[in-house]
Amino acid sequence: VFDVGTSAVEAALAAGARYADTRVMTRRNETMSAQNGAVEGLRRSDGTGLGVRALIGSSWGFAASTELDPAAVRRTGVRAAQTARASAAVPGPQLELAHIPVVNDSWESGCVEDPLAVSPSEKGDLLVGVTDVMHRAGAPVARASYQIWDTEKWLITSEGSRIFQRIRECGAEMSATAIGDQETQRRSYPGIGGQYGTEGWELVRRLDLPGNAERVAAQAQALLTAPQCPATVTDLILGGEQMALQIHESVGHAIELDRILGWEAAFAGSSWLNLDRLGSLRYGSELMNITADATLPGALGSFGYDDEGTPAQCVPIVVDGIWVGVLSGRDTAAIAGVPAGGMVRGDGFNRLPMVRMTNIGLLPGDSSLEEMVEATDEGILMDTNRSWSIDDKRLNFQFGCEIAWEIRRGQRARLLRNPTYTGVGPRFWASMDMLGGPDEWTFYGTPNCGKGQPIQIGHTGHPAVPARFRSVRVGVHG
Amino acid sequence: MTCPLEVCDRVLDTVRALAGDSAEAQVTVGAGTSGLTRFANSFIHQNVVEDTSVATIKVTLSGRSAGATVSGTDDEALHRAVGGAIEAARLQPTDPAWPGLAPPSDAGPAGYWDEATATASPAVRSGLVAEFVEAVAGLDAAGYCETTAVRAAYANTAGQRLEGRSSTATLDGIARAPGADGSARQMSAAVGDLRGTATGAAAAARARDGVDVVDLEPGRYEVVLGPSCVADMLLFLGAYGFNGRTVVEGRSFARVGETQFDPQVSIWDDVNQPGAVGLPFDAEGTPKRRVDFVTAGVTTGLAHDRRTAMAAGTQSSGHAIDGGEGFGAVPTSVFLGPGTASREDIVSRVGRGLLVTDFWYTRVLDPRTLVTTGLTRNGVFLVEGGHVVRPVGNMRFTQSYVDALAPGNVLGIGCDPQLGMVYFGTATAPTIHLASWHFTGGASG
Repeated sequence: VFDVGTSAVEAALAAGARYADTRVMTRRNETMSAQNGAVEGLRRSDGTGLGVRALIGSSWGFAASTELDPAAVRRTGVRAAQTARASAAVPGPQLELAHIPVVNDSWESGCVEDPLAVSPSEKGDLLVGVTDVMHRAGAPVARASYQIWDTEKWLITSEGSRIFQRIRECGAEMSATAIGDQETQRRSYPGIGGQYGTEGWELVRRLDLPGNAERVAAQAQALLTAPQCPATVTDLILGGEQMALQIHESVGHAIELDRILGWEAAFAGSSWLNLDRLGSLRYGSELMNITADATLPGALGSFGYDDEGTPAQCVPIVVDGIWVGVLSGRDTAAIAGVPAGGMVRGDGFNRLPMVRMTNIGLLPGDSSLEEMVEATDEGILMDTNRSWSIDDKRLNFQFGCEIAWEIRRGQRARLLRNPTYTGVGPRFWASMDMLGGPDEWTFYGTPNCGKGQPIQIGHTGHPAVPARFRSVRVGVHG
Repeated sequence: MTCPLEVCDRVLDTVRALAGDSAEAQVTVGAGTSGLTRFANSFIHQNVVEDTSVATIKVTLSGRSAGATVSGTDDEALHRAVGGAIEAARLQPTDPAWPGLAPPSDAGPAGYWDEATATASPAVRSGLVAEFVEAVAGLDAAGYCETTAVRAAYANTAGQRLEGRSSTATLDGIARAPGADGSARQMSAAVGDLRGTATGAAAAARARDGVDVVDLEPGRYEVVLGPSCVADMLLFLGAYGFNGRTVVEGRSFARVGETQFDPQVSIWDDVNQPGAVGLPFDAEGTPKRRVDFVTAGVTTGLAHDRRTAMAAGTQSSGHAIDGGEGFGAVPTSVFLGPGTASREDIVSRVGRGLLVTDFWYTRVLDPRTLVTTGLTRNGVFLVEGGHVVRPVGNMRFTQSYVDALAPGNVLGIGCDPQLGMVYFGTATAPTIHLASWHFTGGASG
């Protein structure tokens, strides 16, 4: 395979590229879903192909093909260079690449139980079983699904790197939807869209979907008659799963260097962050410590090397509330004058690698969810994301959760439905005054992060703990 | 390029050879090329091309189903995919709601196609980008130009055989003035229809008009929503509301036969209407037929795939989507009927309200009520006494899309329908004038 990739790189160089790399990828995917005790669909996909990046002047050219015969491979390399050359019609400053070491290596993610080797009938029985339990427990619509990815990729660069990686990922989810006269209520487990990681099927077994099915269905039904979350300003405690979403949207995307540089301005948006303030800007309270750590075993955003061949690393992003780091690739790092962060990945062989979150996580504090509740005289505890919306600079957000509880005098009181909260990133993070401890630190996985054109779906991780925020606007309704 | 229908036949032959003549199977093969040229900070920074060929296979053995998707069309890969699907299907429980395969039927028109778009080179796209960038002179420009072309075929063991093709071309960008972005976009089946200079100039004019904003207090405002905002509303109305599955399960607002919208509102889906783009059949091999969802304010029809149609006791309308077993049937070429007023006429009738260019990051809070939150983007303008008086800062809204179009709330519909991409396909929407829209905050907090 390395020879195939080398041939494409050589063809791109011969066609005028000053740098080129090739990823040859094979990705096997399996997904199954069930509803109300019946399997709806089982699908396996098998995709193999190569993508070639060629750098000429100020632009990347990229070409992808599923044809891997020698002539087609060389043709794809030439096409990548020709495509880059066409960009000269609208030129900009020459793009440089930050230095990284030349590497010959291989890496494989941890996997105890190969998820593709687990019998489809066993996996089907799991989904049928939990959806049947939720449906019988009163949920008109009870759904469950799992997804598995097994990716092998060979990276060949014109600088001489040769890297093979095999990354296995999987996860599962289930949800119960209750239907009222005017609205629906949903409860999900272990969170919206599920929980995923770079692990084998042991992750799904650990989730214990069957042990949570009845509770999820009962909570969905109970929400239909719960009082509406009041519109007020109050102290807010967020569970770990919602914190993962909060980190993803209001920190993870904002620190992407391609956004900061304006490369995504027309589509995904830009960022409120300005590089002039890197190292001095206060992002949040002193409790806020964020890292981008691609080395965490089992987390969904972990790997050995990114798609440019930069080794996985742990990069400080926010230290004691001060913004100190960005997510970068070789090109954006060279512009910003920072080391290459190793955060460039592509969604499949046919997509141009771009800056992507790795595991953007909040380091734990020394409290706990129960201590936060006990320490709160009046407030609201919300958990499990239901909706998410944030502006194109990643400042103003409004997030909805599936479930909430009123807190009165240090106790969980009434259940509340339709909880939402809104705020502006740095003001919100500045109000954080309590953080869950190491025992509550969980590596949440987000397998559906959209970015780029053509759209790419990225897999990101978000280590998180519950946290408390003071004086937050809640209960925004239509 | 390999003939997609010939690949379909090879797959079905393989199914018969491995599982016998009683096996049911369907296969869709799509072979295409796409190119996308991105620009930012007024230069091209990413330029990509891709040739793809994908076969999507589903095998059903006595009501037990499994699917496989494979890239490429070589015999070994197809054989492996079919064998894997057969093996997996044998291990599945019986699907009690398996609706069977689409029967043979007329394919209808082959789809809109433009050879120049299908063969457009990176230089063609770069040329359009150059025109756009030049037209915003003095401002920064960002956006993309994309050309796509796909030839597709569908075949199943019940005898259905269909072919179709579709091309699209899009130029979409923003001009960036200090503190203000302005957008403009064009989409067509033919790249020759795109006008880089005019699109860039329109974006630049909006950006320049948007400089020096003031923030407004949140509250309910009369609004004039641009076509892309209306397209966003059509996306959610279709995916969550006119989706046969959500109606069957009681999760939709839609009640066929009831007046749920203003009499000026008519919404339909029709891939064969001039100006539409897309393939003429769905993922189950059913030819797409026109469905009128709303006729003069009355909800009149729903989108169905074979599964939801069976549950509802009707026929599929040809709106199955790939992998949509759990989501249902959705409109893919949706229209909101245009009115007769120009955008200028509509603005002249506004007492005090907001003119909104684009929506951004809209998410549904509850699929039944279609209460949706999102923000404005790329230009919001205060209108008083029929005149645009000044730009205002972006605002967050929390608003039911159904209530927004309710009887009495629609004050006018423009004569300027614009084709645009939405998540599941395309929407063709005009400017719309609404009596009330709930803004729940300013973007700055």
